[in-house]
This record gives sequence, C-alpha cells and structure tokens, in this order.
Amino acid sequence: MTLAILAAIPFLGALLVAATARLGRHANMIAAAGSTSAALALLLSMAPRVLAGEVITTRIAWIPTLGLDVNFFLDPLGLMFAGLILGIGLLIIIYARFYLAAADPMGRFLAFLLLFQGAMLGIVISDNVLLLLVFWELTSLSSFLLIGFWRALPEGRQGARMALAVTGGGGLALIAGLLMLGSIAGSYDLSDILRASAEIKASPLYLPALVLILVGCFTKSAQFPFHFWLPHAMAAPTPVSAYLHSATMVKAGVFLLARLWPALAGTDAWFYLVATTGLVTMLLGAAFALFKNDLKALLAYSTVSHLGLLTMLFGFGTPMAAVVGVFHIINHATFKAALFMNAGIVDHEVGSRDIRRLGGLLTFMPIAGTLAIVAGASMAGLPPLNGFLSKEMMLEEAAHTVWGGLSWLVPVVATIAATLSVAYSLRYIAHVYFGPRRDDYPRRPHDAPVGLWGPSAVLVMLVVAIGLFPAAIAGPLVQSVSGAVIGDEPPRFALKMWHGFTPALVMSIVAVAAGALILWRHAAAERLWARLPVPEAKRLFESGIETLGQAANQVTRRIHNGSLQRSLAVLFTAAVLLGIEGAATGGFSFGARPGIPASPVAIVAWLALLGAILAVISAQRHRYLALIFISVIGLIVSLGFVYLSAPDLALTQISVEVVTILLLLLALNLLPKEPPRISSTPHRVRDGVIGALGGTAAAFAAWAVMTRDPNDPISRYHWENSYEGGGGTNVVNVILVDFRGFDTFGEIIVLGIAALGIFALLETATKGVSGRRLANWTPDLIRSPERHPMMLVVATRLLLPLAIVAGVYIFLRGHNMPGGGFIAGLIFSVAFLMQYMASGFEWADRRRRFDHHALIGWGVIAAATTGTAAIFFGAPFLTSTFDYFHLPVIGEFELASAIAFDVGVALTVVGAVMLALAQLSNVAQRAEKLERTKYPMDVDPSRHPETAA
Amino acid sequence: MTLEMLVASAIGLLTAAGIYLCLRGRTFPVVLGLAMLSYAINVFLFSMGRLIVDRPPIYQKGVDAYTDPLPQALVLTAIVISFGMTALVVVLALRTYLETGTDHVDGTPDERDGPA
Repeated sequence: MTLAILAAIPFLGALLVAATARLGRHANMIAAAGSTSAALALLLSMAPRVLAGEVITTRIAWIPTLGLDVNFFLDPLGLMFAGLILGIGLLIIIYARFYLAAADPMGRFLAFLLLFQGAMLGIVISDNVLLLLVFWELTSLSSFLLIGFWRALPEGRQGARMALAVTGGGGLALIAGLLMLGSIAGSYDLSDILRASAEIKASPLYLPALVLILVGCFTKSAQFPFHFWLPHAMAAPTPVSAYLHSATMVKAGVFLLARLWPALAGTDAWFYLVATTGLVTMLLGAAFALFKNDLKALLAYSTVSHLGLLTMLFGFGTPMAAVVGVFHIINHATFKAALFMNAGIVDHEVGSRDIRRLGGLLTFMPIAGTLAIVAGASMAGLPPLNGFLSKEMMLEEAAHTVWGGLSWLVPVVATIAATLSVAYSLRYIAHVYFGPRRDDYPRRPHDAPVGLWGPSAVLVMLVVAIGLFPAAIAGPLVQSVSGAVIGDEPPRFALKMWHGFTPALVMSIVAVAAGALILWRHAAAERLWARLPVPEAKRLFESGIETLGQAANQVTRRIHNGSLQRSLAVLFTAAVLLGIEGAATGGFSFGARPGIPASPVAIVAWLALLGAILAVISAQRHRYLALIFISVIGLIVSLGFVYLSAPDLALTQISVEVVTILLLLLALNLLPKEPPRISSTPHRVRDGVIGALGGTAAAFAAWAVMTRDPNDPISRYHWENSYEGGGGTNVVNVILVDFRGFDTFGEIIVLGIAALGIFALLETATKGVSGRRLANWTPDLIRSPERHPMMLVVATRLLLPLAIVAGVYIFLRGHNMPGGGFIAGLIFSVAFLMQYMASGFEWADRRRRFDHHALIGWGVIAAATTGTAAIFFGAPFLTSTFDYFHLPVIGEFELASAIAFDVGVALTVVGAVMLALAQLSNVAQRAEKLERTKYPMDVDPSRHPETAA
Repeated sequence: MTLEMLVASAIGLLTAAGIYLCLRGRTFPVVLGLAMLSYAINVFLFSMGRLIVDRPPIYQKGVDAYTDPLPQALVLTAIVISFGMTALVVVLALRTYLETGTDHVDGTPDERDGPA
C-alpha cells in the first residue's frame, strides 16, 4: 500500500494547493512544500531497505483481464529518480515562491507543478507498463500546462503546443511499442518483461517494438531530430525549466532506456540506433549551445547535449557504460538545475537574459556569481567537481567504442563535443559574470534574496561534495542503481579523481584547452557559424503542422461533403457489402425448424401491408396520403403483435401510432404539401437497388434466425424468476421495471431529453428568420368552416374521465397483465391531446394544471428515488421488493416497489409526449393567425347571446 | 406458406422501402423512411424470440411453452424511443424548413422558384 500512497501524495497535494489557492502565496508554498516533504520523507524511510537489495511492491488489481493493474515497485533505479523528482521538486517550490511575480497565480502554478510531480513519480515507480503509459501521457499534459503558464505570451503558447505535439506524438509510438513488448513477454508487468529478455530479442517484433519505444524516449528526452521542442519550451517560467527541462521530465526518456536496458540492450540494432542518436545529439546540442545568446536557450541546448551523452552511454550497451550513465544522471541533475535557477536569478535581478547585454556581474552579485562559477565549471567538466568525474568516465568508455569498424569515430566526436561543452560553459561564466562592469543594465543588479539562491546553493554543495568524495557520497547509490539497471551485479568501478594517465585524461585536457581557445576567439567562431545554413526548426515545424492540417481538411471535405443523401447512401451500401462479405466468408444456410402455417387472415394482412408500403412510396409527393398509408402499416404491425403473443407491444404500438400521426399531421401543416420532384430517374433507380439489397439482406437474416431453434435463451431465467423474484406475472413488465430497470431508467431519460430538444427547437422558432417566415406563412389548404365542432368537444370531454380510468387500470394491472407505465402514459397523453384537438390549444392549455417540464423531471426523479431506495436497504441500485396486503372490502392485493418506478416511467412519458405536441401546436397556432376566441366550441348552446362575438 | 416467411418478407419490404425513402432529397420522406425502418427493426428484434401464436408471456405455474419475453421488453422501449426520435427529426425538419425556406435535406434551395 505504501507505494500507492506515495504515488497519490503529489496529486492530493495538488488538490490541497488548489483548495488553498485563495489563501495567498505563502500558504500555497507551504501546502506544496509540505506535501512534497511528506512524499520525500516516506521515500527516504524506504530507502535503506531498497539499497539493501529489497524490492518494495504494491499491487492493486484494476482491470486484470486487460493486464492493466495498479502495480508499483521501488528498486534502486526508481528510488534514485524518485529522490531527484521529490528533492529537486522541493527546492524548486521554494525557488518558485520567490521567483514568480505577485500578479502570477501562485496556487495554479504550484498545483500544476505537483500534478507534474505526481505524473513523473508514477512513471518511475510503475511496475505495469500500461500504468506507466498513463503517467507518461500525464507528464506531457501537465508540462503543456506549465510551459504555457504565462498564457498571454505567444511564445509560451506556441512552445507548449510544440512540446505537446512532439512528446504526445512520441507517446503514441511508445504506446504501440510497449504493447508489442508486453505481447511478446506475455505480461504487461515490467518485472516480467525484464525477465523475458531472451524471448524479446529473439522475437520478429523486436525491431519494430524497439524503434517505436525509442521514438517515445527520444521525443521525450529531446534527442535529434526531435530536439527542437526543448529550446522553445524555455518560454516557460524558469522554475519549470529548471524542474522539467533539466532535472526530471526530459530524463523520463533516459529513465525508460535505463529501465528497459536489460530487456532491449546489447543488440547491434540497439547500439547503432541509440548510441548514434546520442552521439549526434551530444555534438549538435553542444554546437548550438555555444552560439545562443539567451541564457536559457544556451542551457536548453546544453541539456539536449547532455541528454545525448546519457543516451549514448546507455546505447553503448556495456555494463560499465551503464554505470557511468547512472552517475552522470545524478551529476547533471545537480549542476544543471542549479544553473537554470541561476539564469532565473540573473533574469529576475538584472532584467535580461541576453548574454550580450550582461557581463561584469560578479561584483554586483557575488553569491549568485560564485554558485554559477562552481556549477558552470562542473558542467565544463573541470576538476575537482562531479561533472569532471562522470565526463572522464564517459570519455574512457568512448575511447574504446568501435563504431562500424571505425575505432576513431566515437572518441573524436566525443572529444569535439566535450570541447564545445567546455566552451559554452566557460562562456556562461565569463560573459555573464566577468568582463567590464556596464552601466546599461535594464535594472540595477544586486544579489537575490536567499529564497532564490538558497535552493541552488544546496545543489552546488552537492556538486562540490560529490566531486571531492565521490566514492563515499555517490558510490553506494551508483553501485545499487547500476545493479538495478543492468539486472545483474555491476562491474567493479572506482569513483575517483585520479585514474592515472589514461586516454580519457588526454582527451579531457585537449577539450579544455581547445574549449578555452574557442571562447577566446568566440566572435570569429560566431561569424563562421552565422554562415552555416542551419534550418530553423520552429518554422519547419509550423509549416509541417499547417500542411498536415490542410491535407486533413481536404480529405475530410472530400469524404464528408455535408450531403446527407450521399452519406446515407455510402452507409447503407457499406452495411449491405459487409453483410454480403460476412455471408460469403462465414457460410450461410437456412435452418430446418418447422414453421407455423399461415392463416388466410395473416396472408390478407401481409397483402395489405404490401399495398400500404407501395402506396407510401408512390404517394410520396402527396404527403397527406402518404401519412394515411403509413398509419395503415402501423396498424398492421400492431395487429401482428396481437396475433404473435405480444399484447404489450400491440398496446404500445397502437398508442404510439396515434401520437406519431398527430405529430406528423401538425408538422405537415407547416411543411410544403406537394413539393416538386428533385431526384433524377437514375438516382431513384440507384436508391431502389440499394433498398432492395438491404431489404433482401434483412429478410434473409430474419429468415435464417427464425428457421433455427433458439439455443438456450437467457430469457428462461427471466421467466422462472419473474413471479418468485419480481412479484409479477407479466414477464415483459417485470423485465422493464425490475430485471432491466436500469435500461428503462436510461430510456425515459433519453425520451425526456428528446422532448426538451424539441421544445428548444420550437421555442426559438418564432424568432429571427424562422419567425419572419412563420409570420408570412399563409394556410395552403382549405380550412374547415367548423374549427371546434360541438359534437367533438362534448364527446372528448365525456371521454376524458373514461380514458383516464382506462389508463389507471392499464397502469395498475401492468405488473401482472398486459399494460404498465409506458402504455398508461401514452393513453393519458392521448386523452389530454384529444382535449387540445377538440377544444383548441388556447382553451386546453389554459386549463392545464401541471407543467410538462416538471412532469419529465418528477418522472425521472421518481424512478431514480425508487432505485436508490434499494441502496439504503443494502440491495443494489433498482432492486425491487414486493409484498401482499389485505384490505377490507378489496381483499388481498399485492404492492411492489417497482410500481413507484413505473409511476416515474408514466410521468416521463406523459411529460415528453405532451411537451412535444403542445409546443408544436402552439407554433402552428401562431402561424394560423386566426382571431382568438375564448370559447371552446364554435356553437355553444350555453353561451348567452349578448356575449357571443 | 408459413408465418415465418410472411414476417421475414415483411421485414425485408419495410427495410427496402425505409432505405429508399431515407435516400430521398426532401425531409418529409426521410422522416417516413425512418419510421418505416423503425417498424422493420422492431419487428426484426421481436422475431429474434421466434414466432409463437397464443402464448403471451404471462407467467403461470407449470406452463413451460411461452413466447420469449426479453425481445418484447426490448422492443417495447424501442417503440417509445423511436417515437422520441421521429418526433425530434420531424421537428428538426420543420425548423430547418422555417430557417432556410427549403425542405431539401442538405438545405439546397429549389432551383425552379429560388430561395423562398
């Protein structure tokens, strides 16, 4: 459990910071630093056990069937990274408190930072690769938020977008690669994958998996040719650059290289892909860094170069190189984070990061200057600092690495990169802090408060301490971490200053001398550099994205041109083709189940159906006729349901039919009645062919099923438990309100939403263009002289109570006999609609006692309450209960809790149907523009003659 | 001639007519087509429980020959939902007509009399 808690702390901290956002900068900082310290303390409490060789694990099953479990493990490699993330994180939080301006929302910043911290921590302690991927994507997202933190800056937004596109795109490749890896190893657990090393390297999927994983790592760790996003990410506030873009996030790729080292490394493919990429990146990064004038850009490219160095070391594939890689991760994190913070201090106190406007600052800012000199010297690889130690060891490894048969290539390139590295490091020191004092600084420089320089001082102390006593301070950690990376006992190594006169020492001396020379002649080198044709990555990226967007747009426009007819034709054709393909490949035969002989009545009904269908199609342009014919179809379908033992369906169909036809009549009143034909004959033939094919396919499928015996239908369970368990004999209704009550619940909600959608569409129809068209609309059919005939009005009024009684009866018996909430709701609606039809919208609507919206709402609430009530009795949502009661006179009767649910169904149905139709008739009423009358009947005998008008 | 044959062919006819009407250029036939497809699909789903005459799914002790109640329950809600869908589509068609002055599905004005 401990590791799950550790992983959760930063996220909880982020919530805490967000919650305390209003309490001020100090409170935010304390909340963030507090949660980070808690996580760090928890980590350190586990450190002795981990360093003693124990691997701490936490396993929580999440979706075991997918191989996705919340499995964490903490080994020395994870421990080292977690320590860097939390330790440097703590320093950065303090630094950020003093760095950000008062106007910047500190709470938001620190919440994002902790979100990132949690994601990063998750990566390094995940045991499950799928879980790791989740955290991996989360780092891309949170870094997007952090880079673009200053939303007003266009560079910030562009940089954030570029970082997200590159690292997120790499993340996609990584997903594919890790899935392949998991399928080779047969498990998504890292510990299993690392053990399956031999199978992985022998698999034909090894190379594609490797390439995809490397794309993920290289994009994250800014390796050539994906390096360009990192310098643009420098638009972020400096604490972000120091944290994400030097110490942690960009190391995620390197971390994964180290993590998967036992499973993937050691092959030729690994060596040439990884080591070469690292070598090239190291060289190019160093070259770019030397000619950047922005301090943060210089450091960004230097980070690219150092990440290349690390990649190259892990790419060598030898255990000793891995040891050096581990050591350099620690060293780089210390001096680079310190230097970033230093660049931030200069920016903060002097007001510029442009190296050409700086110089001579040492006397103004002695503390910051000293820290920069030490950290910079370490970056240059000068003794006696930690950067020297790991660079010496790196050069030693490079010295005996043979690349493609060339033994000189790697050492020479490594020496050149080291030379450039010395040059840019010294340039940072010399051009910022030394040289003549100037009098045109944007601000009067002075030393920063301790909150700004303190955190970097802690790191610089580490730089010196590791440099002086490497074996004592870093030795044990490097020893056990390398063991974890290699998956075996690490080779014997010595972390010390003096290794004797080795090739590495010679290379190092050459590098320092040449580097100093370049710095001395920097102006000349710069002129030379300016003449080199260096492509600008940002412009290439932007234009690439733009081309891609245009291409996507073109494809979309071509496929989806907005024509419904075309889309539907494609859809139907595709469905038919898929069906044909399935039947052709899967085999197709009819069953031998004996059928039921058709009675003459059935045949006549079928003929009537055929006639109605043909009539609807041929009467297409005479829309009222078509409407009448389609109601014939509905009627026959209802009769069919009656005949085929489905009384509930028949009742539902017939009542739905009534309201549907009413609705269509109302709509058609306003639509054109006999519009001109628009389809050409070939068009109609084409559609006819598609229709015929689709119809044949549907008939075939239905026939194929009906001629086979059902195999073990699940409905047997419903049948057997309906009475005993659901307390009703009408199995269909018990299924609706009990077995599949959740479905029904969802369905009434959908119905309610549809009704609200209709309301919204019609409510606004009286405004704007549509309103003007309604105002100009004139009835295009002959109107009956009798608007509200007396006979109809009287008959419907008499029928209302009868219809309501019938509805209540149908509702109450629904649990045991055909009926229920849906049908009752429809019957109620029809009863009310009759009043609207006979007496007119105005008269009926004025007598309405309930709001249709409220009915829908109460219906859903009633159903939900019945469902949730079950939870309080310890049963799952929507469990129903029933019992039998005895009342005098009435006798024994049954009450099921499901009836309350059914009440909800009925209320929603009434609300939805009434809302839709009443709103439509309201619009029709307005369009009609008849003089208003308060009387329900045209001729009313009870009306006094003098009031008639 | 069996009942199964009649129902299967009725499903086919309704589907064919439904597809044809859905591919028309004006909104009203498309609404009719959707209604027709709803009938076809509902009957198709219903027929998955096989056809049985005179055995409504009302539970009685000892009775073992019964029609499958599950497809019926599914179809019952499907009928109500297809009403909701038809209503929404027809109102959408009406609003489009009021908004654009044409009842063409893509909103293309009629060439003969121009935009209204």
